[in-house]
Amino acid sequence: MGVGIEVINLNAWYGTNHTLQDINLHIPANQATALIGPSGCGKSTFVRCLNRMHETNPIARVTGTVRIGDLDIYEDAKPVQIRRRVGMVFQRPNPFPTMSIYDNVASGLKLNGYTNRRVLDEIVERSLKNSALWEEVKDDLKKKSGASLSGGQQQRLCIARALAVDPEVLLMDEPASALDPVSTSKIEDLIFELKSQYTIVIVTHNMQQAARVAEKTGFFLNGRMVEFDSTHKIFTNPSDKRTEDYITGRFG
Amino acid sequence: MADKGFEWLMVLCALSIFAIVVLIASELVKGSNLSWNQFGFDFFYKSVIDSYTKLPNYWDPVNGHFSALPFVYGTLVSSFLGLLMAVPLAVGLAVFLTEMCPPVLRGPLAFITELLAAIPSVIYGLWAVFVLVPLLREYVNPMLIKLFGWTGFFGDDNPSGLGYFAAGVILAIMILPIISSLTREVMTAVPNSQREAALALGATRWEMIWISVIRNARIGIVGAIILGLGRALGETMAVTMVIGNSPGIYRSLLANGTTMASVIANEYAEASNDLHRSALTEIGLALFFVTIIVNAAARLLVWAVTRGAPARVQ
Repeated sequence: MGVGIEVINLNAWYGTNHTLQDINLHIPANQATALIGPSGCGKSTFVRCLNRMHETNPIARVTGTVRIGDLDIYEDAKPVQIRRRVGMVFQRPNPFPTMSIYDNVASGLKLNGYTNRRVLDEIVERSLKNSALWEEVKDDLKKKSGASLSGGQQQRLCIARALAVDPEVLLMDEPASALDPVSTSKIEDLIFELKSQYTIVIVTHNMQQAARVAEKTGFFLNGRMVEFDSTHKIFTNPSDKRTEDYITGRFG
Repeated sequence: MADKGFEWLMVLCALSIFAIVVLIASELVKGSNLSWNQFGFDFFYKSVIDSYTKLPNYWDPVNGHFSALPFVYGTLVSSFLGLLMAVPLAVGLAVFLTEMCPPVLRGPLAFITELLAAIPSVIYGLWAVFVLVPLLREYVNPMLIKLFGWTGFFGDDNPSGLGYFAAGVILAIMILPIISSLTREVMTAVPNSQREAALALGATRWEMIWISVIRNARIGIVGAIILGLGRALGETMAVTMVIGNSPGIYRSLLANGTTMASVIANEYAEASNDLHRSALTEIGLALFFVTIIVNAAARLLVWAVTRGAPARVQ
């Protein structure tokens, strides 16, 4: 089951560049939350702070509090433990090319010490079914490399890989921006399915996509969160002038 | 018309490379004809029993018996010893340089490693004779004998400190730069998204390096290792100075041995007769083919991996 995320006074830097400034918000459990905004506004940095990937860059720095469920991720746990509870899907599909489809999905489980063949088989099948890829790959799970699939299939493989470790939160950083329209709509359907079980945070450039999949939407601009509200309100009656300008296409 | 002339000149330059290879090969074949006719394939394994010591003798210029086996054996043993020591060090160095080194240190460290490759091999040899060999003789070899003497691979019958092991150590130092710089190249070619994929799954840094970096770069690493092997097989001067130059086959790694390259360097100028000279040439021919094949295989592997690899974005 998903859990809610509480963000309090989050600030982030790349070197001297203050990319996130005083972010405060509550991301509800078991819903999809979309983050929109022009390029460079900090929305990707924001999701990378939710699984502590931001700090893998040596010049990056973070202050503030992020609570996932009851866990203060910057105080109570190591990055490795956080990332096992918070899955992430990247903009470009990045399956491991040297592993089979099966091993790609099982890779996170193996990192967690699962070795029982039967358990692995079961979780791999369930994850691939959850990511709507099972029917397409079930005949060559161990024969084909993860890199031999099409772009859209690779992205669903990456989703399966993230789901296999049974995270509470799924972060998606523009998961469909490198995909064709058919693959994109499959990913969106998937997000719709998955949010009953996981808390989903999705960064997107595509405002229609945010409107289609998310209950809540946040608008980022220049490292600040301008507005956070129900998706319906953001797109029909935003309170901030800048949000209105952005969604009506006046800039960005 | 000048353009045409220039074009031909350049074509000639390019063709000269092929001409050189063909000339070397044909000269070696011609030179080894005498020995080949005399010994045939026996050349690569057959010994005669020495009438005095009653031991197998492979290389007897006085009585005109020649066999390449101890030289092939010495070349293989010293090269593999070198690889055994150089590979873990080189891969570790490459991992450090690409994955964990502070950027300030990265440039200088990589530069110094590559400078090691520029030192003439006779200098390595001299250093080995004056520093490495005494060190092995006084401290390392006695310890190896004490700890592993029971395996039979570390006999205590050679107090000089020279031998296969000394040659292996100096070879390891000499091939370290080429292996580590090529390994670094293929590791740098691994896209950053692969590292993030592993980290996002909750991999520790070591697990990430294993899953993303080493797994993706493994073919290139193998290529780098084979290229290092090519260097080790052909290395002459430094090895000649520390291997002891005894044309026998010994189980003990601390025994004096010899290699294909070092016997040519040692004996060719003073070869006693045509057959002796021809046998040395035949050893050269064998070495020529082995190193060409090993190097070609390595280059192909490295090329197959780094070709079209995207630059690392950070």
